[in-house]
Amino acid sequence: MSEHMATDQTGSALLAIDDVERIFGGERKLFGGRTPAVHAVQGLSLDVRRGETLGVVGESGCGKSTLARLVVGLDLPTSGSITFNGEDLAELARKDRNALARKVQYVFQDPVASLNPRKTIRTILEAPLRHLTDMNADARERRLNELLQAVNLAPEFLERYPHEFSGGQAQRIGIARALAAGPELIVLDEPVSALDVSVQAQVLNLLDKLKEEFGLTYIFISHDLSVVESVSDRVAVMYFGRMAELGPSRGIFRAPLHPYTDLLMRSAPAPGRHDLMSEDASAELPDPYDPPPGCAFAARCPNRTDKCVETRPAPDEATGSAPGHIAACHHPLTRA
Amino acid sequence: MSEAALNSQSRPKGKPARPGTATLLLNNTLATSGLIVLTLICLIALAAPVLPLPDPDVTAPANRLIPPFTAGHLLGTDDLGRDILSRLIWGTRVSLAVGLSATFIAALFGSLLGLVAGYAGGRTDALIMRGIDMVMAFPYILLALAIVAVLGAGLLNALYAIALVNIPFFARNIRGMTLGLSRREFVDAARLSGKSPPQILFLEILPNVMPVIVITMSTTVGWMILETAGLSFLGLGAQPPQADLGSILGQGRKVLFTSPHVSVIPGLMIFVLVMSINLFGDGVRDILDPRLRAGSLTRPVARTEVRRDNSAIPKPSARGGVLDVRQMRTEFQVGSSVYKAVGGVDLNLKQGECLGIVGESGSGKSVTAMSIMGLVPTPPGRIAGGAAYLDGEDLFAASDRRVRDLRGGSVAYVFQDPLSTLHPLFTIGEQLKEAITAHQPLSNTQATEKAVELLSLVRMPNARKRLGAYPHELSGGMRQRVCIAMALANDAKVLIADEPTTALDVTVQSQILTLMNGLRRERNSAILFITHDFGVVSALCDRVAVMYAGRIVETGRTEDVLNHPKHPYTAKLIECVPVLGEPERRLDAIEGRPPVVDKLPEGCAFADRCPFVQADCRRGEIDLEMSSPERGVRCLHPLNEEAPA
Repeated sequence: MSEHMATDQTGSALLAIDDVERIFGGERKLFGGRTPAVHAVQGLSLDVRRGETLGVVGESGCGKSTLARLVVGLDLPTSGSITFNGEDLAELARKDRNALARKVQYVFQDPVASLNPRKTIRTILEAPLRHLTDMNADARERRLNELLQAVNLAPEFLERYPHEFSGGQAQRIGIARALAAGPELIVLDEPVSALDVSVQAQVLNLLDKLKEEFGLTYIFISHDLSVVESVSDRVAVMYFGRMAELGPSRGIFRAPLHPYTDLLMRSAPAPGRHDLMSEDASAELPDPYDPPPGCAFAARCPNRTDKCVETRPAPDEATGSAPGHIAACHHPLTRA
Repeated sequence: MSEAALNSQSRPKGKPARPGTATLLLNNTLATSGLIVLTLICLIALAAPVLPLPDPDVTAPANRLIPPFTAGHLLGTDDLGRDILSRLIWGTRVSLAVGLSATFIAALFGSLLGLVAGYAGGRTDALIMRGIDMVMAFPYILLALAIVAVLGAGLLNALYAIALVNIPFFARNIRGMTLGLSRREFVDAARLSGKSPPQILFLEILPNVMPVIVITMSTTVGWMILETAGLSFLGLGAQPPQADLGSILGQGRKVLFTSPHVSVIPGLMIFVLVMSINLFGDGVRDILDPRLRAGSLTRPVARTEVRRDNSAIPKPSARGGVLDVRQMRTEFQVGSSVYKAVGGVDLNLKQGECLGIVGESGSGKSVTAMSIMGLVPTPPGRIAGGAAYLDGEDLFAASDRRVRDLRGGSVAYVFQDPLSTLHPLFTIGEQLKEAITAHQPLSNTQATEKAVELLSLVRMPNARKRLGAYPHELSGGMRQRVCIAMALANDAKVLIADEPTTALDVTVQSQILTLMNGLRRERNSAILFITHDFGVVSALCDRVAVMYAGRIVETGRTEDVLNHPKHPYTAKLIECVPVLGEPERRLDAIEGRPPVVDKLPEGCAFADRCPFVQADCRRGEIDLEMSSPERGVRCLHPLNEEAPA
């Protein structure tokens, strides 16, 4: 599955995910047999180009958070490889965790839970500077002030504890912490979904500004299509641990190839929209312990044929008009 | 700088109102008296060398077994003529020292083992915990006896034995705690900040388990003293001439019938000492344990307290409707500050109508919904004014019995998180049937039929088979369907849905919204729909009320409000929703934060964040100006005035 991805890999790929698989469970039991295994991520190939924002969309359980943890090295793939700037990430994580943490950082979904309740903001923000860089105390102090300024927080916040902050402020601190050691890639795992819409917009604008200022690359994970559309250059739609569709943001949202993308788009409520598309109640995710042999979406798909049930489509089974727009579908939607 | 910044910036936010740890402890009379007795005993024991006491070990056979209250020997003497008061004080000293050091040793090693086991997990965890299990499997006295037998009798060896016996207690408690904490996000974050495992364990996790260690210690000291006394009583602890309370008691046993005071006095001392430690320890636990501190210590009340001025109860509005809320105010009293979560809300719902309440978190929308049926916890909440009429009946004046009948009957709720609303140990069938039979006198079979009917109504596939399913066996969307089915069980006139789709995926959300819309049309029930999402509002609601800082700032038909918002807040709120298909639209954020509701500014609460603010916005009350029966705005300088209302 990896070859076809390699063809359109340009020299500017910062992160390359090649046929990655992550299985949970499946260990041998004490008295024979194996514990049931769940494939959280399967056959995933994808690359992230330097300076872009790659949006990853999908519903809960589609493996997008597992993907995020794999990219930052909090978890290691069961098979397949992830290379960052030509270096094998799993190797790097094993050899020198901190070298990886200097390059790739993570922003958590729940901003308050990601801050230790018993530490001041200063201690929290200083940790990456202390452990990942060799700055002296003066340089750290300067960097702390720079960071706070970058995320629009007043310097007196440094001495406070996390519970004194609102969700939006806590998320700014989380972003500042990710920025601290000067990473090249930041994985944003649902960074705004715990926030109110008004605050959400503030944080999204901030992320935009920081990306330009520091020349960052983002992987932006979210279940909210409209948010992803507004921030992403390219979008990957995931379903049941696999890639359903990948392509430039505009191409995907103008003319989705995969019926699942289409379903997602038409389910999203928007102000002034009354006609929500809704499927039958029986539409459920397949059993993760017993994945279907064919397309995982077949059971919910309006265009399903026998072929869909029997054979699994390759990730680039269908291609769209825009370059690099691919979908894992036997019967892609075609639109004028 | 740090203290000053902390005090000037954050403390004024109503913080001093919350009682501090010391205050909480002093409020607990039993714990305070325990503390006083304990301090007294400790002081006397510490002062033993300077007190004018006879040598506790000097025997004087001539003075043996003098009864208490004799001149020179306040508590009498024992069978060797030694002064009991002196022996008691010196013995208490020893017992306290042994008990405390045993506790510290057990806490140190136990916590260390627990921390390592919980954090490392896997094989290390299994190895450590099985070792701990083995220690626990021996009767403690047998284990202590074995240790003393190997090391020889003596106070120090008894101390080791007791400490060892108590290590599992700490290890198990701390391991459980660590296990939970090491899967938390801040631990991942520390890992990504470059901290090594020991640094994470001792700098990130340890501070968070410290309260638990302290709690466990405070509750075990007493037990340790008892155990030491027990071993000494058996002659395995303190060896003569050194004496602790246990060995004094043991020696008194020989003359128990002729001179009971020799054994009764040290026995009483042990009782008083351990009792005071336990009372104090319980007090400390109640204060440090966040679960207990959060309010489980206060008695739960079945219904929100109503404390309103009975001469000023507003009459039902002229518009009638199933649910008519008038000038409702709900407050929370925390310490000395009063949070006005809901400050005079008017709502009106007709049969078959869906009213959406929209607002940011903290705007008071959930409290509004909970107040209607008295579901706001008291203390700290109370209804401070206004009325809620259900078909003309004032709910705040109804009896508890009547409110209980109406809850889940005429007025039903659907909450945000279906997993925490459903009971995990009962099947959904049992829970549905309970909801039905609580209000209708049906037989079991009839109730089952009704439950199947309800599940089919919410389009649950395979309804009959699903009755036997437990909540965790269903997906989020299916669970929410069950909750809706329960709410519909007794033909509710009003359905109050508090963010029912927020925890769900978009595709599931659209299914639930479609379902609710269909049910509303079929059953003609009124829905009060609370959400923060304007997209969801447009999909379902006929009318919408926008809340800000506990008040409705704008209300009207959904299309009117969405297309021609009049309040700058509504306009801003709509603008910052990202819309699919319009990626170029620059998100327009509302700067600043909503005001804290215990110190609302005069005039418009939104003034500080409003781009169109003028001087008169910060003065006096601003009314909700109704331009038509359905359309109203609480703003002196509304937008879109030329647009049709």
